[in-house]
Amino acid sequence: MTGLTSKSKAAKSKAVPSRRTIQPEERSHEVDHPSSQLAMFGADQPLRLDCGVDLAPFQIAYQTYGELNADKSNAILVCHALTGDQHVANPHPVTGKPGWWETLVGPGRPLDPARYFIICSNVIGGCMGSTGPASINPATGKAFGLDFPIITVPDMVRAQAMLIDRLGIDTLFAVVGGSMGGMQVLQWTAAYPQRVFAALAIACATRHSAQNIAFHELGRQAVMADPDWDHGRYAEKGIHPHRGLAVARMAAHITYLSDAALHRKFGRRMQDRELPTFSFDADFQVESYLRYQGSSFVERFDANSYLYLTRAMDYFDIAADHNGVLAKAFTGIKTRFCVVSFTSDWLFPTSESRALVHALNASNARVSFAEIETDKGHDAFLLDVPEFFEIASAFLDSAGHARGLTARGE
Amino acid sequence: MSMQQQVLPLNGLAGAQPLAYRADHLLIAEMVERGSRVLDVGCGDGDLLQLLESRGIDGRGIELSREGVNRCVGKGLAVVQGDADTDLVNYPDDAFDYVILSQTLQATRQPRAVLENLLRIGRRAIVTFPNFGFWRLRLQLLIGGHMPRTENLPFTWYDTPNIHFCTIKDFVQLCDEIHVKMERAVALDSYARPLRFNMPWWFWNMFGEQGVFLLSRAGKGR
Repeated sequence: MTGLTSKSKAAKSKAVPSRRTIQPEERSHEVDHPSSQLAMFGADQPLRLDCGVDLAPFQIAYQTYGELNADKSNAILVCHALTGDQHVANPHPVTGKPGWWETLVGPGRPLDPARYFIICSNVIGGCMGSTGPASINPATGKAFGLDFPIITVPDMVRAQAMLIDRLGIDTLFAVVGGSMGGMQVLQWTAAYPQRVFAALAIACATRHSAQNIAFHELGRQAVMADPDWDHGRYAEKGIHPHRGLAVARMAAHITYLSDAALHRKFGRRMQDRELPTFSFDADFQVESYLRYQGSSFVERFDANSYLYLTRAMDYFDIAADHNGVLAKAFTGIKTRFCVVSFTSDWLFPTSESRALVHALNASNARVSFAEIETDKGHDAFLLDVPEFFEIASAFLDSAGHARGLTARGE
Repeated sequence: MSMQQQVLPLNGLAGAQPLAYRADHLLIAEMVERGSRVLDVGCGDGDLLQLLESRGIDGRGIELSREGVNRCVGKGLAVVQGDADTDLVNYPDDAFDYVILSQTLQATRQPRAVLENLLRIGRRAIVTFPNFGFWRLRLQLLIGGHMPRTENLPFTWYDTPNIHFCTIKDFVQLCDEIHVKMERAVALDSYARPLRFNMPWWFWNMFGEQGVFLLSRAGKGR
């Protein structure tokens, strides 16, 4: 066993479903040799980062589903969230679990590979095959660690645009994403409005709020407080700050849910016991669940990557890049927008989506917006929420019609 | 249920009309200049927006119900889930050529503020509402002694979204009070046919079942 369970007796929990033990090598192998297609960019094609560094060489790992049509008009880019990756609709190569958005992407789903050419790439700074802090620094032969430059959401999107160029696609039919993925969707429309026909931005915001930055800082401090973090050089010693990263994940996971969802799932129910043990063991089901979330996360995610990606979200503020006026980011845009929020999402509350919609309205953009009622919190966008699929389908179908794409099954 | 259906179902009319479009929608569409930008507040299933877009008008909608928004989005319309009372304030000045409020004014909490917002956001506003001065409603109150209910206003007094009924006369008075210019006024009968143009206000107020007004800002453009 890895992660919390090997370090902490208290974390042993019968609630954790039996699962295959994942070796650390399996995760680290994916960093440089992903089970995905790879786009390599050499020294002649650097990625110009917002921090002023030219990153070269670098690589982007990506998955595709479906076929690109003859006039290259049916490509959809799916942008993943903070701890997601490119394995949107296939079993994960490390954990073996189903793709993270199989509720939305797949045969008969709103994003159907029979109709669209669906692309999902690992973000720059990630740890599933795109260049990031866990990748080998060619200058030293060791993992970058904290020598990796700070990246931003615009950097992620710039790298994706280079990948889309490489694939020979001029205009994406749609860019789709939730949470940090939604931030990338918005950045795509702000940076490359003419290259995005339709944008589906879910449970996101045009800037990261102070509360969200605070939660991210908590997570980063948890990682950095772990002695095994070793100033980011853990990879050289063959260790990983499991405990710190697991705590970061546990705290973050609470923000993805809601009071009502936690109450519905766990209440105050005990874990395989009738009475409290009068110890710090995981007496409550909710504790056991969180510990499981923490320990399973560290098996597939790199701690430094977590620091870099949370930082990228913190820095995100589209208005700041346009003299503080959000509407200026979208002036004259022809892209069709659909913005979706969830009532119980307190991480990216509806008010953030409304601020975006108001700015889009002020820019005369073609925008639709719906707030979906659910108690599932921020995580709702990844779960089975039929009302969300309905509007996603309606939006993509009508945009596809406007784009001249044939309907499903035709 | 969409806002429009809830407030004033004109299903009875739909059967009487050979056309697919509602008569009041056709009248509104006729008031809107081609190529202009329109916001339909309380756009329901998007039927009016669809009619307008088919005539080369760039339309946007606001709708309270998520089901209505979904149906609009499925028709390729750009519709935002929102509330006329609370969300109009967020639209910038002069964002639209026309802002339409169809059969919704009487369901707002602050009709005056809503009306003022319509003419801040749009250069012109088109407002339609059920006329509470209609003779059948008057008769029900006078003879029956109870709150009026008709085919088009079927709700009981204790369970109605319509909280601010007015007559055509009341509406004209409000327009005067807030210095709104009436460019065109039409009263429709029970079959959504326009009453004769040269009739006096009292006649319209008695025999019009709904009022349709094209409004603009009085004075120097603003």
